[in-house]
Amino acid sequence: MDIWAQLINGFAVALTAQNLMWALLGVTLGTAVGVLPGVGPAVTVALLLPITTKVDASGALIMFAGIYYGAMYGGSTTSILLNTPGESATIVTAMEGNQMARRGRAGPALATSAIGSFIAGTIATIGLTFLSPLVVELGLKFGPPEYFALMVVAFTTVSSVLGNSTLRGMTSLALGLAIGLVGIDNQTGQARFSYGVPQLLDGIEVVTIAVGLFAVGETIYNASKMSQVKETLERMSGSIWMKADDWKRSWKPWIRGTLIGFPFGSIPAGGAEIPTFLSYAIEKKLSRNPEEFGSGAIEGVAGPEAANNASSTGAMVPLLTLGLPTSATAAILLSAFQQYGLQPGPMLFEANSALVWGLIASFYVGNVMLLVLNLPMVGLWVKLLEIPKPQLYAGILVFATMGVYGMRQSPFDVFLLYGVGLAGFLMRRFGFPAAPVIVGMILGPLAEEQMRRALAISQGSPMIFFTHPISAALLALAVTVILAPWLWRRFGPARRRS
Amino acid sequence: MKCHFPRTLFRSVALAAGLAIAGSAAATENIRMMIPANPGGGWDTTGRELGKAMLAAGAVKNIQYDNKGGAAGAIGLAQFVSASKGDPNALMMGGMVMVGGLIQNKSAVTLDQVTPVARLTSEYEVIVVPANSPIKDMKDLMAKFKANPGSISWGGGSAGGTDHILAGLLAREVGVEPGKVNYVPFKGGGEAVAAIIGGHVSVGVSGLSEFAQHVQSGKMRALAVSSAAKIGNIPSLKEQGYNVELANWRGIFGAPGISKDQQAALVKAVEAATKNASWAETLKKQDWTAYWLAGDEYGAFIKDETKRIGDILAGLNLGKK
Repeated sequence: MDIWAQLINGFAVALTAQNLMWALLGVTLGTAVGVLPGVGPAVTVALLLPITTKVDASGALIMFAGIYYGAMYGGSTTSILLNTPGESATIVTAMEGNQMARRGRAGPALATSAIGSFIAGTIATIGLTFLSPLVVELGLKFGPPEYFALMVVAFTTVSSVLGNSTLRGMTSLALGLAIGLVGIDNQTGQARFSYGVPQLLDGIEVVTIAVGLFAVGETIYNASKMSQVKETLERMSGSIWMKADDWKRSWKPWIRGTLIGFPFGSIPAGGAEIPTFLSYAIEKKLSRNPEEFGSGAIEGVAGPEAANNASSTGAMVPLLTLGLPTSATAAILLSAFQQYGLQPGPMLFEANSALVWGLIASFYVGNVMLLVLNLPMVGLWVKLLEIPKPQLYAGILVFATMGVYGMRQSPFDVFLLYGVGLAGFLMRRFGFPAAPVIVGMILGPLAEEQMRRALAISQGSPMIFFTHPISAALLALAVTVILAPWLWRRFGPARRRS
Repeated sequence: MKCHFPRTLFRSVALAAGLAIAGSAAATENIRMMIPANPGGGWDTTGRELGKAMLAAGAVKNIQYDNKGGAAGAIGLAQFVSASKGDPNALMMGGMVMVGGLIQNKSAVTLDQVTPVARLTSEYEVIVVPANSPIKDMKDLMAKFKANPGSISWGGGSAGGTDHILAGLLAREVGVEPGKVNYVPFKGGGEAVAAIIGGHVSVGVSGLSEFAQHVQSGKMRALAVSSAAKIGNIPSLKEQGYNVELANWRGIFGAPGISKDQQAALVKAVEAATKNASWAETLKKQDWTAYWLAGDEYGAFIKDETKRIGDILAGLNLGKK
């Protein structure tokens, strides 16, 4: 097969001493950037763009790509240890991973996230190598009605994060949907729920709400109980490594997460948040111990982390084959290509075959490097949790504040963060789950935008959602997901009796 | 990076000596550029290419870009106005799209609040269809459009932007009520490209630079450009008998509340960039025409443009929602 020959040529490029060094530099920087709050991979690559005048194209692009997916590995570390997700794709990881860390299982949480990322990254790179033309064709079949149907499917996952009380869960969800409406509406340009506050015209960042509800809210809650309850430190109990049982419970979620994440990353408006939610919901449904979800189930870290990494590799598909950037970082990678006078697209594979395949081969190499780099770090990271509680929570507040301020350099966001934190404390106090707020905030605006676009195209006829085969199939899937448990309860046992 | 540093430093020192104003040299060391559109679109390309030329000319040491898309740039402008007030190191991309968008949105923030730096380029619009579209040419498109205006969905940038205005002007030209244009706005350029290539909208309207590569690769077919004469082998609307001409200009702004000296320093830095070989190469590569106007003259131009576009939008009923 032709692809094999080209891939082997690619490895010849990627495995030169010089390019190995660029890859190592890239993934190391990327990991550091992912761990530090407030500095994203996009900014880092942008800052390093001037080196394109000194370094040859393969070396620079290999390093930039390393920063890009290295940051995905690093981002999960702070989510798990400190409950401060630096970007929306690691919010789910923070939900379950931090619960594991609280129960002294930070080691296995970090390990399953690193190994899952490696497996997802590698499988997704194989997908990128062999399936790109196919996947990109599929991706282009997704228009507004298909995206809307996809959002509906994603909404069915909400039930997995609603918690014990459906009423309280739905209240949280409605709150999230309402927060998602704040800001200027893209379709008409009208400001909604901004009450004349200019900072609200931008809308509210998901990460601000997530960090506020999770990290700040938790900190206040713990502080409020500090005087009453004798301090119990969640020191590491047991091995920091994954036990046989952890492996057994992780490997299937890794694979499933990858299979969800990669296609999502490859479609032009897919993103990384929705696949992490979907993966989480599926793992909860399939788990033999669903009651552990919400209090540290390893599947809930393994699946979403794999989905997150697979989708970031998937984003390379539209970038390399069509020249379509689907994230801020991908856009900067695109401009790095253009610095060298290269235009990503089908022509690139023919005209600069050595470069493209060298870059793809470097993904394989970089993923191995990240695993080797990150696994030994687990032991070091978990030491963080040995810091006494007051100091640890103070540290979390510092990181949360820095991260939120770093996103937009807006003091308003910092006040908002603490306001949300206070709300998060009250929600926790009165038993309202925080996760549905985030789900509503992410999915609500996306679903609304795509639905209105679809209806504009169909001139107001909702039939467009049913006449498009992909959209119809997705909607049918959503109905099945909602009705199946009810039908099963209604007819399943009856059939068994007869 | 390390070996690059001393040279850049030397350049900045040389620039400082040249300007003989210590303050303004420091003002252009580390620029933060707000790009009020999602990555991959026209403002994004213009901003990043300008940044590249500023670096190449040694006018600045470092540039960071912030992408904040949506609502014809009003979202990015709002953030720029609120977060960068008085910051002599902040720049923002903008252009005709933003002028129209702000009028239409009755935005609380306006371009009066930011400091004019320089108008940079003008570009013409192109009307495309997906490669396998049944629409053969401009005449065919207009015939179908006249027969059933709603059946033709026009995909482009934010509502009330240049793309939307062009669709409205064409409607008026062929005697269709402009309010009947079935316009589908996308955030930034990248998302619209995917929708057009995928055949989810009937027609795509955008700047030539955003679609040129896809026309070249054969994924889109170009029907017309909005200039007076043909560009490359794409005929103009006028040549095909439609009396519509529309230029989309792009320019750059400084933060609100900066001093005259700081404004002058930014103009100087941008001017140095536009005289650099890298910028000339960009103009050629992207098919943009240089459209230089700086400082307060540019400010006066924006005032005129605001009135002109306001009139067009009102005439097209695009201001109402």
